Amino acid sequence: MYDDRMAKPLTTPEERVALFQQLFSDTIPHNKALGLKVVAVARGLASMQLDWRSELVGNPETGVLAGGPLTAMLDGCCGMAVATLLKDPKPFATLDLRIDYARPATPGQPVIAEAECYRITRSVAFTRAFAHQGDPKNPVAAAAGTFMLGTKGEVTRAQAIGREAIGREKLK
Amino acid sequence: MSGSLIKRLAEARKKGDVARLAEAIPYAKWMQIAPENTTGELLTRMRYHDSLIGNTFLPAIHGGTLGAMLEMTAIFHLLWESETETVPKIVNITVDYLRSARPRDVVAAAKVTKQGRRMVNVFAEAWQDDRSKPVATASAHFLVQSPDDAEPSL
Repeated sequence: MYDDRMAKPLTTPEERVALFQQLFSDTIPHNKALGLKVVAVARGLASMQLDWRSELVGNPETGVLAGGPLTAMLDGCCGMAVATLLKDPKPFATLDLRIDYARPATPGQPVIAEAECYRITRSVAFTRAFAHQGDPKNPVAAAAGTFMLGTKGEVTRAQAIGREAIGREKLK
Repeated sequence: MSGSLIKRLAEARKKGDVARLAEAIPYAKWMQIAPENTTGELLTRMRYHDSLIGNTFLPAIHGGTLGAMLEMTAIFHLLWESETETVPKIVNITVDYLRSARPRDVVAAAKVTKQGRRMVNVFAEAWQDDRSKPVATASAHFLVQSPDDAEPSL
């Protein structure tokens, strides 16, 4: 079981971002392959960035990104928001994920995802996220993800990190 | 708009080789997602490679990649099975995750639930070894006409 004595918040936001970058991107093969960057993290909140790359394009004539990379980033970002709230770390998995594609992402520009876990119960966590390209009022996509908590397997370090890195700090 | 994909579609139809469609989509090539019709049924396969992993501990394939391949499955189905002259534009997709996907190929099939004049509802289902045990299902909406409604987002 996870040792609560490890629950000491890291001192700076930079340290925290670096730690989440390591656990949610560098050591998760698909997130690493996409080149996902952790931008910010706080209790219940997570933000990631996906840079435009020619391999991720869905339509070669327009250079617009395919939906898949956005789906993977939004899934990962919602999962990271859940991890920041787990008082008693346990394995969890995506139960369902809805993506609304509001507009095509402008080619060549990065896409930023911002996720919030707005409700967490013993068994289920509810999240919402938006993806935008600098102006949150002009989203590329919106997501709603539900996560099942206490799924089989052992808790990964990424799933246990919220308490360790953020502790009991209030939502910013 | 999307001339190369529509041209590729016409070529693929003539040769009866649906796999050519994936060659026109950089993301599908990168992900190793391609349609196949070897059994007479149109299926889409995501070949296993290590960068699909989302959980190294189980290990399991990243949920985002399952959503992505279900979306591609629906797109390939619409391109191949309908008389479309335009690339379908995805409006939204809802993915249900039913089982964790193991480090093996994932195969999926799609069907049109409702064909409207402008909007199509598609259901897609993905499995690994046993088709009766799907790993994920999805339902998605696509705009299939009225290019004025939205820019192509495929």
